[in-house]
Amino acid sequence: MQDFAEAFRLAFGLVAAMDANLVEIIGLSLRVSLTAVLVAAVLGMPLGALLATVRFPGRRAVVIVVNALMGLPPVVVGLLVYMALSNAGPLGFLQFLYTPAAMIIAQSILITPIVAALTRQIIEEMNFEYAEQFASLSVPWHTRIIALISDARYALLTVLLAGFGRAIAEVGAVIIVGGNIAHLTRVMTTAIALETSKGDLALALALGIVLLVIALLVNAAVMSLRAGAERRAHA
Amino acid sequence: MLDQPVARSATQLPLAVAGLCFRAGGSTLINELDLILTDHGITVVMGPNGAGKSLLVRLLHGLIEPQSGSIDWNGKGCGQHTRLRQAMVFQKPVLLRRSVAANVDFVLRLKGIADRERLEQLLAQANLLAKADQPARALSGGEQQRLALARALASDPDVLFLDEPTASLDPSSTQTIETAIAEASGRGVKIVLVTHDAGQARRLANDVVFIHRGAVIEHAGADGFFKQPASMAARDYLAGKLVI
Amino acid sequence: MKMRMKNSTILATATLCASLVLTVPGYAEDKSIIVQSTTSTQNSGLFDHILPMFEEASGIKANVVAVGTGQAIKNARNCDGDVLFVHAKPAEEKFVADGYGVKRFDVMYNDFVIVGPAADPAGVAGRNDAAGSLKAIADAKAVFASRGDDSGTHKKELALWKDAGVDVKAASGTWYRETGSGMGATLNVSVGMGAYAMTDRATWIAFRNKGEFKVAVEGDTAMFNQYGIIQVNPAKCPNVKADAAKSFVDWIITKDGQSAIAAYKLDGKQLFFANAAKEGAS
Repeated sequence: MQDFAEAFRLAFGLVAAMDANLVEIIGLSLRVSLTAVLVAAVLGMPLGALLATVRFPGRRAVVIVVNALMGLPPVVVGLLVYMALSNAGPLGFLQFLYTPAAMIIAQSILITPIVAALTRQIIEEMNFEYAEQFASLSVPWHTRIIALISDARYALLTVLLAGFGRAIAEVGAVIIVGGNIAHLTRVMTTAIALETSKGDLALALALGIVLLVIALLVNAAVMSLRAGAERRAHA
Repeated sequence: MLDQPVARSATQLPLAVAGLCFRAGGSTLINELDLILTDHGITVVMGPNGAGKSLLVRLLHGLIEPQSGSIDWNGKGCGQHTRLRQAMVFQKPVLLRRSVAANVDFVLRLKGIADRERLEQLLAQANLLAKADQPARALSGGEQQRLALARALASDPDVLFLDEPTASLDPSSTQTIETAIAEASGRGVKIVLVTHDAGQARRLANDVVFIHRGAVIEHAGADGFFKQPASMAARDYLAGKLVI
Repeated sequence: MKMRMKNSTILATATLCASLVLTVPGYAEDKSIIVQSTTSTQNSGLFDHILPMFEEASGIKANVVAVGTGQAIKNARNCDGDVLFVHAKPAEEKFVADGYGVKRFDVMYNDFVIVGPAADPAGVAGRNDAAGSLKAIADAKAVFASRGDDSGTHKKELALWKDAGVDVKAASGTWYRETGSGMGATLNVSVGMGAYAMTDRATWIAFRNKGEFKVAVEGDTAMFNQYGIIQVNPAKCPNVKADAAKSFVDWIITKDGQSAIAAYKLDGKQLFFANAAKEGAS
């Protein structure tokens, strides 16, 4: 199929030419997904750490629910956020629908459970190791959670990457709440969906290649940051 | 025996343990154990494997709850409030995934006494000042245990428990640790040391608690214990025989 | 100490993230409207052609959400749009009658065509009667890909099947395949499995993945495809930008908008034929 060769040629051409539309779309994709990762980190990590360290009735049930929510279908999240943010919905007054804010909200909802569930797993294992030492030192629970998150920071970076991967790659949620509006809410994945629906498979694939390369670069950047810091300060 | 007119452990002693029982997995690991510690200085806990030594110090430190019996530190019971004035060094040190200095700093901050001078003094005493910025988990076994001890002392405890702290260390590290223990004891810290090393016990102990099958078989001054153990079990143990 | 340095790294990362958040435009600019419209107008490139002209003339940016006609109407009923621009006249009239729209205006038309593989298993190539051709496709049990998504095109297709006297519901899953997707996705499917499909001509001309497919049936007046525009009613939806929406409707049904639509050509072919009533907006 000549579409493959054509796609690589197009992808290279788009990047080489620093196509203004493409740069704008990439920029919005990164802003939306990175912000969603930030929100998910702020909400999901403490939640995961709490679930890992605090015993309360119903904890197992909550853990199961959070784990299950990792499989949230993006379209369902998109629909729920649409219904909430719609002018006919309870949060319509915010006027967030069809703006990047709506996309950030949807992606945050999508990946917070992923961050929380994986954080719980990592922190729980570390807490098991630290528990007796912390008990001996009478470390208060909040200090304990902060210390665990801080000590697990390199493993948690990988968790954030998992969340980022899910966010940057999903199309189902952002296309519903963002509307794929040119120059306003069009991101890489919705642009790919649009070009596919126009039958321009080569261009769609080219955008897909660019998206993959961006994901690769972000991962490489984070991993080299981690490797460097780890070498200096941690074993 | 050392003469300690103003021991800092005075607020915690005497320790009175009566009828202590701890069961797990269907077997009784601590069985009607009675113990009274009145003297300051270094108490060494000895006994064969499985006697319940590690369990006993964890119970005394309040890390685990007994099913029955009582532990009473100078009339104040046992729990979070008594643990705050105590510290413990475990057989296998659990160091935070941070630098050597940050491990000690963590405890100093916890106790609200963050102080750079004190930090450096503790590291110097553990012979770790040169490695202050290195990752704690990259240290050798001996260095890790020295750091664990420095960290325990950072909280300025009245009572210090050590659970076989030198079990897998070389002679030099063992000596550094023993010196630090003796020094802490000299400052009036009550030491409760679990060890299998008879030589170490002889060097450090003021009194010896010998336990077997979850109960105290013998509690005597170190001189007397090592010269003439009263019990058959202790005699066998010291002679290197299998203790039944 | 090293801890300090790492803290500063974390701080720098956090600052970077925060600055990203702050640069995200939270709202569309004030002078902008949301147009709920259909994939056919978007995919054909019409909006890319005419909207810059409107923005130039009015200073208002029209943001298009392109979905199926059914969903576009549903979104507008939720007050999530200022203007509705679709192609399903009965549904549009109901929208106005229910009070959600101010008034409906004709804007333009094109026509539907039935496309199919060059091999033409149902032998309908070159015919100009929609119902007869569909009957032939059904009789041959030739594979047919339907939108199946309650869009304007889907509604029209179902009406034509009814005229042909074919019960497609019964055949669904055998030779009659409902994709439940947009026009472009359905065309991709139909090209992929050699199935006939009905599409609006504009989407077809702009479609890039035609393969061996050709227009088989065209020219039936029953396949006429009228587009209408409606300003969402501010009485029902207080949040809509009524003035800007009215400007857009007025512009598109009068001379400037109409000639912009007529001037849009792809591969030398005119895609839409402007036909707003002469009395226009008032």
